[in-house]
Amino acid sequence: MSEIFIHAKDLCFSYTDEEGREENPALQNFSVDICRGEYVAVLGHNGSGKSTFAKLMNYILEPTSGELTVNGLDLLRKDLSDEEILDLRKNVGMVFQNPDNQLVATIVEQDVAFGPENLGVPREELRRRVDSALETVGMSAYAKHEPHRLSGGQKQRVAIAGILAMMPQCVVFDESTAMLDPGGRREVLDTIRKLNQEQGMTVLNITHYMNEAAEADRIIVINDGKLLLDGTPDEIFAKRDVLTEVGLEVPQCAELIHALRAAGIQIDGNTISSPEACAELLQKALNKRAK
Amino acid sequence: MNKIYLDHVSYVYSRGTPYEQVALDDVSVGIREGCITGIIGHTGSGKSTMMQMLNGLIKPDSGKVLIDGYDINSTVSDVYDAWSERAEYAMLSPRKRKKKMQQEIRERKAKLCFRVGLVMQYPEYQLFEETVYADIAFGPRNMGLDEAEIRARVLEAAAFCDVGEELLQKSPFDLSGGQKRRVALAGVIAMRPEVLVLDEPAAGLDPLGRNYIFNGIRAYQRKTGSTVLIVSHSMEDMARYSDDVIVLSGAHILRQGTREEVFAHVEELAETGLDVPQITHLMQLLRERGIDAPKNVYTVAEAATALKKLFLTGGDA
Amino acid sequence: MKGISFGQYYPANSIIHKMDPRFKILVATAFIVATFLCKSAVSFAALLGIGLALIFISQIPFKTIVRSIAPLLFIIAFTVVINIFFGTGEQLLVEFWKIRIYAEGLWRALFMFLRIFVLIVATSIFLTYTTTPMDLTDALESLMAPLKLIHVPVHVFAMMMSITLRFIPTLTEETEKIMNAQKARGADFVSGSLIKRVKALIPILIPLFSSAINRATQLADAMECRCYHGGEGRTRLNVMKWHASDVIYMLISIAICIGLVLLNQIQLGYVMN
Repeated sequence: MSEIFIHAKDLCFSYTDEEGREENPALQNFSVDICRGEYVAVLGHNGSGKSTFAKLMNYILEPTSGELTVNGLDLLRKDLSDEEILDLRKNVGMVFQNPDNQLVATIVEQDVAFGPENLGVPREELRRRVDSALETVGMSAYAKHEPHRLSGGQKQRVAIAGILAMMPQCVVFDESTAMLDPGGRREVLDTIRKLNQEQGMTVLNITHYMNEAAEADRIIVINDGKLLLDGTPDEIFAKRDVLTEVGLEVPQCAELIHALRAAGIQIDGNTISSPEACAELLQKALNKRAK
Repeated sequence: MNKIYLDHVSYVYSRGTPYEQVALDDVSVGIREGCITGIIGHTGSGKSTMMQMLNGLIKPDSGKVLIDGYDINSTVSDVYDAWSERAEYAMLSPRKRKKKMQQEIRERKAKLCFRVGLVMQYPEYQLFEETVYADIAFGPRNMGLDEAEIRARVLEAAAFCDVGEELLQKSPFDLSGGQKRRVALAGVIAMRPEVLVLDEPAAGLDPLGRNYIFNGIRAYQRKTGSTVLIVSHSMEDMARYSDDVIVLSGAHILRQGTREEVFAHVEELAETGLDVPQITHLMQLLRERGIDAPKNVYTVAEAATALKKLFLTGGDA
Repeated sequence: MKGISFGQYYPANSIIHKMDPRFKILVATAFIVATFLCKSAVSFAALLGIGLALIFISQIPFKTIVRSIAPLLFIIAFTVVINIFFGTGEQLLVEFWKIRIYAEGLWRALFMFLRIFVLIVATSIFLTYTTTPMDLTDALESLMAPLKLIHVPVHVFAMMMSITLRFIPTLTEETEKIMNAQKARGADFVSGSLIKRVKALIPILIPLFSSAINRATQLADAMECRCYHGGEGRTRLNVMKWHASDVIYMLISIAICIGLVLLNQIQLGYVMN
């Protein structure tokens, strides 16, 4: 196991209402370790606490109690300096749900430059970073365009480029595909995979789409602010009943395998997270039956 | 029986500017009464334009939008000959006749938004009243109904959309995302439209939220026999909920017919960049492996039935 | 975005597009002053000539310019009418009932019309059509930089302005969407008394404000995530530099402005006082 990047133990967080009273906890005794270079999907229905978890990662929200260390920085220390927080945010980038509400500039390349400009990156280096970030997300041709004329998927890729230009070690996607059409969703997911595989970036994808979670190496399921399940997609989708109980669905292929098994058909193996793997399982089962 | 018929309809956005874009190009299509019709297409295929035409928000550049055989954008000269035969008009002088016809056209137009209920994308943006009750009542109130009737309709719509009575006196701004969506939907259903048109009603919702919305729509449709159109990206959802399907691609109609008829061409649809249901994709993979899996499968239940049969008979093609 | 020309950058590759935005702000200001200094028919003719020349050089279709004037038509018409009917002078042309129209009034009306026309053409060509709003903001920030010495938060203003510009199209679209959604529920925005019509705006304004506040909160989060912490220590991707050509344009513009004023000396036709 490689180095731990995010370490949470008995982490709690409560929002406070207008009078400063704590409301019901959004996260309760939440413990998880995420290693450098992992691609983790965080699943949960709306209001399960998954977005709260995301916002704790780079100190947009301050944790209430427990332990939380990100990139070696203890986020429960009371004397965090501005420099330390800036350094954390530089290293843990965040892409949000609504592409419109995270672009600040009226020209694509100027928006991508916003993060590194804030970090005081010198100009020649800025140019290089902006160009390479746009290249990574495949938006170089749109460098001089106005964001509001782009499609949702394109806007979101610009937002990702804006984060990449800060050269982070980890990117958190907070339901970044929820408002996109299937094409746009594909564009963003392909970009996520590329970041993880080619640049070794740690990726957290907060989502409620099962098909999307299936693409990660590991899935964490949050329910009512607590950790419900943690495992590979195959392991998670095998627990169909637990997921259904908390309002989540398994992908159609996994559902089919469950249905066939429930009908008494024997299908060996547990790789059920992708259509390809399911086809393999079904073929084997059929062949066995034929013999 | 067609409730709605689009007759050679064309529409171009931002004509004459660098951003000109053809949204619909000579489209003719009928929509059956009392059915749920899914309109599938990716962004820019013209589907949102089409739905906004149905209640007159967008007027076609050319062509007719017929609802119950009446072109909703008619002018006096369009209807003059046909209406002149009606008793109430036959007695009048041509001038009075035209004036009265003008008035009838205006009245029909004003009532159109109550007959064709439109639920826009992310409709929770439309909530504005102090209470959920008042917000759902906004449409019925604009119809000029009396208080008792408004109340009956609000309660009925709230029940369809699973908006609990305890929510009715809350502020809509205090609700969760999924609840807001349901309230917005109830606000349109409360007008009891004969035609209910929805643009991506489940966009961005989690599985539970989606089910609530689609079940609400189906309950309303089954109970009232109204005609429902759902614009969607998702073949998976439309496979589950619609009776008929229209596929739009690049401002044209690619396919139309019953769900079975359209989804029989699922591979052709995939080529246009639409997201094919995962289960259909799995069936294709099985066929590539030499297994005799059926082509037109698009729900888990159908796939399970087909595969059970294969397991019973041995499997190989 | 229909019919709103504010902040509508018109992409083209003209000389004016390539000029330094700071220079464009200065020259637009100079031009505005010059239009007010023009007094004689000759200088107004020259002004009109320059205005038309600018349109030509900027490669922006005449139609687009005319469209940007349309919203101000009322003000123009008002000024013209006031000058025609209420202006006094010596040369009486028409008299009926209590109204007297003087030749001087007609001249003044024509001049006022030209003045407003050239004013709009100059500002829209130099500023909105050929300069991206972002460049404009950057230029303003750079021009106002000296104000930092007296503790004016120039950067904050510039940031606010650029974000406003960024969100104008988004909020315009949203307004349209909300209006359509409420129309679909039978809302009526056009008929009834003034009070009724103002009331009819509530179903648009409340959702619009609520969404704007939402957007602002999310944008603030997103900006924080991208390490925004005020103007201190920020670098810029695009740094504006004066080119030799800008200096030449500057000299030409100064010459033109002086020329315009000097043309006032040729007292041909009517001279405004």
